[in-house]
Amino acid sequence: MINRILRITLILTGFVLLLPATGSAETPLPVIHEPEGEGVKCVEPEDVMRRDHMNFILHQRDETMHEGIRTSKYSFAECINCHVQPDDKGNIADVDSEDHFCNGCHEYAAVTIDCFECHADRPQKFIKREGKSASLQHELQQMPTSSEDMGGASK
Amino acid sequence: MSDPVNHSRRRFLEKSAAVGAVTIAPGILLHQVASAKPDEQAVSSTVRWGMLINTTKCEQGCTDCIDACNTEHGLVGNNRPESDTQYIRKVTLRDKQTGHELSLPLMCQHCETAPCVDVCPTGASFKRKDGIALVDKHICIGCRYCMMACPFKARSFVHEEVRNQTLSAPRGKGTVESCTMCVHRVDKDQIPACVEACGKGKHEAMVFGDLNDPNSEISKELEKHGGKQIRADLQLNTGVRYQGI
Repeated sequence: MINRILRITLILTGFVLLLPATGSAETPLPVIHEPEGEGVKCVEPEDVMRRDHMNFILHQRDETMHEGIRTSKYSFAECINCHVQPDDKGNIADVDSEDHFCNGCHEYAAVTIDCFECHADRPQKFIKREGKSASLQHELQQMPTSSEDMGGASK
Repeated sequence: MSDPVNHSRRRFLEKSAAVGAVTIAPGILLHQVASAKPDEQAVSSTVRWGMLINTTKCEQGCTDCIDACNTEHGLVGNNRPESDTQYIRKVTLRDKQTGHELSLPLMCQHCETAPCVDVCPTGASFKRKDGIALVDKHICIGCRYCMMACPFKARSFVHEEVRNQTLSAPRGKGTVESCTMCVHRVDKDQIPACVEACGKGKHEAMVFGDLNDPNSEISKELEKHGGKQIRADLQLNTGVRYQGI
């Protein structure tokens, strides 16, 4: 009997000790940066977008790539143009950062996105333009200047 | 998009072009406006985009087309000329007997029967109905069969991680890529960046247009002065033709 009381007391103490610990360890919800401007609305209601955005983008992806359909409604570029904007200091969050619109939620949900391995993570006007490739210039200078026939063109 | 298409204006222009085709003297057709494609319309095989390059106007050492291409597609090298991406290469040909040299830009020839499409195991390498050969990087596994199959050495493999891509030209590590004939511009009724740059540089060695339209500038020029295919013996019916070779 004494053993049982001791056991229950220990368990209860454990719970009391654990409670504050679990409270502070809870992962904070991602901060979602809403697009600025009055009357700016997404192409679908928020709950639809949260559930189905990947399907919209996937469908549009194949249509654009293979058929050249370039409507803006579910365009990936349009998502980026609207949702990725600079902060108060004029800085754009990198896609690896939790402050990036896409990565904020994806990090929280532990879902890896491959989109940005190829696609730009920010609107065109914020993309750093670099000069012409030095290596291409180098190759141009190194280009051999003799070939007998057009077969040489595919060298 | 930063430059939204005004559909009512476009429809008006299409109609005006149709009227213009009747009223303006024969031979002066506003074909480029008439072929305007609305965004929601899929590309069709009524059009076949092509390019004609006059090598006698192409200046040796000039890299206007390559520079414009690099800027348009955000192509930045890693100082490794053997493996860095190139959509266009300038090739110099020299006749050993006469010593005559000529220079030409060589890019994806957008073959009708493209070897790269034949060999692709996933269907990533494909032809659009309007004749543009592309790589769907979403399904490319980076096997590089197409690179080996291409007789023009037109394709490149992305070996290293890419950052700061342009919004209209996504590209990334582990996929094959090549000249897209600036498909994102063509779909908006613009001409490829290289052709535009060549014209701005006053060389005007490149003409872009619809090979299926007998009234287009490129078709008329081909009819008048002809144009050769590189490696015509392979019977690939290339979309890029050359004069002066």
